[in-house]
Amino acid sequence: MTARVASARRPRTIRRPASVGVSVPKIEGRDKVTGRALYVDDLAVPGVLHGRTVRSIVPRGRIRRIVLDPGFDWSGVVVADHRDIPGKNACAHIEEDQPLLAADEIRHADEPIVLVAHQDPERAEAAVRAVHVEVEPLEPVLTIEDALAKKALLYGDDNVFKEIRIARGELAAGFAAADVVVEGTYRCGHQEQLYIENNGMIAERTADGGLLVRGSLQCPYYVHHALMVAFGLPADKVRVVQTVTGGGFGGKEDYPSMIGGHAALLAWKSGRPVKIVYDRLEDIAATTKRHPALMRVRAGVKRDGTLTAWDMDIVMDGGAYVTLSPVVLSRGALHAGGPYRCPNVAIHARVVATNTPPNGAFRGFGAPQTQFAAECHMDRIAGALGMDPLALRRRNAYRIGDVTPTGHVLRESVGAHEALERTAKRADFAAKRRRFARANAAAAEAERAGRRAGAGVSGLAPGARARGASSGGAGRGSSGGRRLRRGIGLALGWHGAGFTGSGEVRLASTAALDLTADGRPRVLSANTEIGQGALTVFAQMVAERLGVPPAFVEINASDTGQVPNSGPTVASRTTMVVGGLLEQCASGMRERLELFAERPLADAADFRRVARRFLRERGPLRIERRYQKPPEISWDDAAYRGDAYGVYSYAAIAVEVEVDLDTGEVTVLGATTAQEIGRAIHPVLCAGQIEGGTLQGLGYALLEEVRWKDGRIWNHQLTNYIIPTSMDAPPIHVEIVEIPYSHGPFGAKGVGELPMDVPAPAVVAAIAHATGVRVDEIPVTPERLLAALARGGAR
Amino acid sequence: MRSALSTLEVATPRDLAHALRLLHDSLATERLVPLAGGTDLLVYLNAGQQVGRRFLNLWGLRELRGIREARGGVTLGALTTFTMIREHPLVRRCLPALAAAAAVIGAWQVQNRATIAGNIANGSPAGDSLPVLLAHEAVVHARSMRGGRDIPFGTLYRGYRDLVLEPDELITAVTVPFPPARAFPFFRKVGTRRAQSISKVVLCGLVRVARGGEVDLARVALGSVAPVTLRARRAERALLGARPSATATAAARAALMEDIAPIDDIRSDAAYRRAVAGNVLEQFLRAADARFTMG
Repeated sequence: MTARVASARRPRTIRRPASVGVSVPKIEGRDKVTGRALYVDDLAVPGVLHGRTVRSIVPRGRIRRIVLDPGFDWSGVVVADHRDIPGKNACAHIEEDQPLLAADEIRHADEPIVLVAHQDPERAEAAVRAVHVEVEPLEPVLTIEDALAKKALLYGDDNVFKEIRIARGELAAGFAAADVVVEGTYRCGHQEQLYIENNGMIAERTADGGLLVRGSLQCPYYVHHALMVAFGLPADKVRVVQTVTGGGFGGKEDYPSMIGGHAALLAWKSGRPVKIVYDRLEDIAATTKRHPALMRVRAGVKRDGTLTAWDMDIVMDGGAYVTLSPVVLSRGALHAGGPYRCPNVAIHARVVATNTPPNGAFRGFGAPQTQFAAECHMDRIAGALGMDPLALRRRNAYRIGDVTPTGHVLRESVGAHEALERTAKRADFAAKRRRFARANAAAAEAERAGRRAGAGVSGLAPGARARGASSGGAGRGSSGGRRLRRGIGLALGWHGAGFTGSGEVRLASTAALDLTADGRPRVLSANTEIGQGALTVFAQMVAERLGVPPAFVEINASDTGQVPNSGPTVASRTTMVVGGLLEQCASGMRERLELFAERPLADAADFRRVARRFLRERGPLRIERRYQKPPEISWDDAAYRGDAYGVYSYAAIAVEVEVDLDTGEVTVLGATTAQEIGRAIHPVLCAGQIEGGTLQGLGYALLEEVRWKDGRIWNHQLTNYIIPTSMDAPPIHVEIVEIPYSHGPFGAKGVGELPMDVPAPAVVAAIAHATGVRVDEIPVTPERLLAALARGGAR
Repeated sequence: MRSALSTLEVATPRDLAHALRLLHDSLATERLVPLAGGTDLLVYLNAGQQVGRRFLNLWGLRELRGIREARGGVTLGALTTFTMIREHPLVRRCLPALAAAAAVIGAWQVQNRATIAGNIANGSPAGDSLPVLLAHEAVVHARSMRGGRDIPFGTLYRGYRDLVLEPDELITAVTVPFPPARAFPFFRKVGTRRAQSISKVVLCGLVRVARGGEVDLARVALGSVAPVTLRARRAERALLGARPSATATAAARAALMEDIAPIDDIRSDAAYRRAVAGNVLEQFLRAADARFTMG
């Protein structure tokens, strides 16, 4: 894989660094490829019991009675319920409203009620079926509409977990100044993270009366905190260690606290180590999803495309408990205007309670939903004005000095225009838009005239089928009478790196660098490798400052018993925030060793010589740095004013589609994206994030739909929760744009979530270009599209 | 794996005769469930669904595997995999609809294990090869210790996943005749994505316009639109004897709506299936002869 890196403003005088900016081998890559890496389910623990979870089958109800089937052989089975929890019956996140095990009330389907464990996993599985939970069902609230209508009261006096208002300027004046007012309503469904490795944890009691919990997770200190609350243990009696983790995407941000708490409870009660590893069915049914959202936008715009007013209402479905919903809502609201200058803005955002499993973190964290609405709306505005969608975005996209709805003055590293222009150029957007429109008109004409259709999309080979696709014509002609249309759509997005508002100040993350006994630098952080390459990037940045190769740098396991709390691995913060701390640690270490040696360090061998001498003569060396807010950044959480993030990254994408008018199937022919991320520490890993995020975004746009039946997730298998396969993945052309950020290490900003923000609206725009029909709800399933085509006919 | 594997039994026969005897003998106690490629059964077992406790592992029976030319067609051994079908030169040349169906079942990994008889015996109305067998008027060869018999594919299913096979019978082969001379073959699967997908609508058709200008052969078979894979007899009757025209197409489409009885399920809904079945029928006809689109 290669990534094209375009540096917008790279200073010419600096030497090309040795590590940063070079795509070195991924640290753990060899172990993963050869199978040496051990995931949680690979770990053999002597005497381990296998834990299973008895769950609710109704979305809302009251537990009347729990009966252990007297006909079942319970010998060797450990059974635990809420009464066995030594501390507070809570899975502590932002609030402590979610129980670890339901006690009386059931608030969502698949809510955990009883735990069982046995040394034979088949016996544990059988024991689950021998626990009978008698429930008095209550009327559930399953949708945003029902929650707002207070069909039943689940939370407070209005079912609203959190409400946010952002205001700038005078909305009425903005609409008065507008030539055209455009309204639209948009909707996004749930989305499952679908990491390759399911959730899993192993817990054991320690000799000192504490707990050791290991497993697949993103945020060891979140689990650490939750276990302290549930078991009433002090910090030093709880140790949480990450095992090799097969993907997270936010899905292992909060849920490991639940499953870790369950494994720990069974271990606490039995005195034996306990492993709980979900299978795919349980993982999809019970763990967190992306928040569904219902959004309404009303925008005022001048004839020339200048935005004058943006009025937006957002409602997200939080599910049954608060969990991370307030911060998901916050990020969604803060990105809701898109990267566009607008003097008069009102954003009203709420997240409501329903009787569905709690929704949680998923790559983008609220921003993909609101930017889906914002970008679809920009396309709708362009249509209303008869303006080219690229020109509309050019007119309004942020430049340095522009002010966001919360009053953040964008001082530096604003790459919206660069991302937009490079995408449009590389995708040949303007020419393709004209060409596809002509070809579509010709195809429609040919079909009307009764000429052989399918060949009608003149000059465009139906190459989409050449790979032996899921639907292949076996007629004599390869295009087999298909009625196809092509379209190209564009979207622009932004994503704030790091925690929202004063989040980073509250976190006060600490990272450290010390010396190993053999004189090598060792990274101490709680941040986790979840496939994204965090450890490799850490090693590169430390190596760069120390003047050693990245492979010389050791990385300590993410183990709360050994590493400081450098915060969670979320929010596109790891490289920028924690990497920044480590860069400072490395500079500090180099200074100490050079002062000690009274000369500069030459290379790795020299580093080791000096480090060993230091260890002998002075003892251990550990450099620690704590997050310091850049002085010019400030945030007022009460008023929702100020610098919501230190800086933003920017992405644009152009997506080409082919629509089959007979089936509503959409084939993505290609995606071209330019993303401005400050500085690519590791270009191949950055391109990997962008390609993966783009494909996940395409799945969100077209395929991924959680279907519900009686309040439970119906399609909880890989065969019916549809994500893109490699056959569904189009060629993705990635261009990385670099406009360095002065407070990011080596200029880096965040990249992890950004790619998720833009594909969905670009797909909708491309479909509209191809067919003339705009679908305002994702996923645009063939069912939805065919119905829309029937209503508002294809050309 | 939600099923308790330690409670399952698998009998592996030496040859077909042994397999038939084991199957016969098992009827006295608990019937052995025939296991071929396992691409359906293993999914059921993983989800903890009740599919039986005792299995007859047929995978090693070489005599049931392979493709040979029969008079006017091919005979596929029961254990012939979809990879073998997809890659077979004669199938590709003379039974393009079958080759196309084989190429879109699951994905390559599934095609390496999944067998033609497994697809038949599983009896899912979404089985991708079944409309092809139906439209080509294939014949299923079944055998038991009592002897063998031939079952026209069109009479194989009594209802949803309900086959006319006796409990002691195994499918040993299926013979697929080549399409009649000058008939236009068509296959289309409309699934949930481009691979590893289960059909929402699957259609196989054969149509021929005689020299006189009227349709003298019309066969249309569909899957995923009724409890069983079915022949659209009303649509076929509407086409037979008609001259290709937009009017004939509209009549066939209207008749097709009477043939099918789709439902809402986990993969799609009845309205979509109706619309797409009609649209794909039209695609088939206009691909066969452009006059089907003309006033």
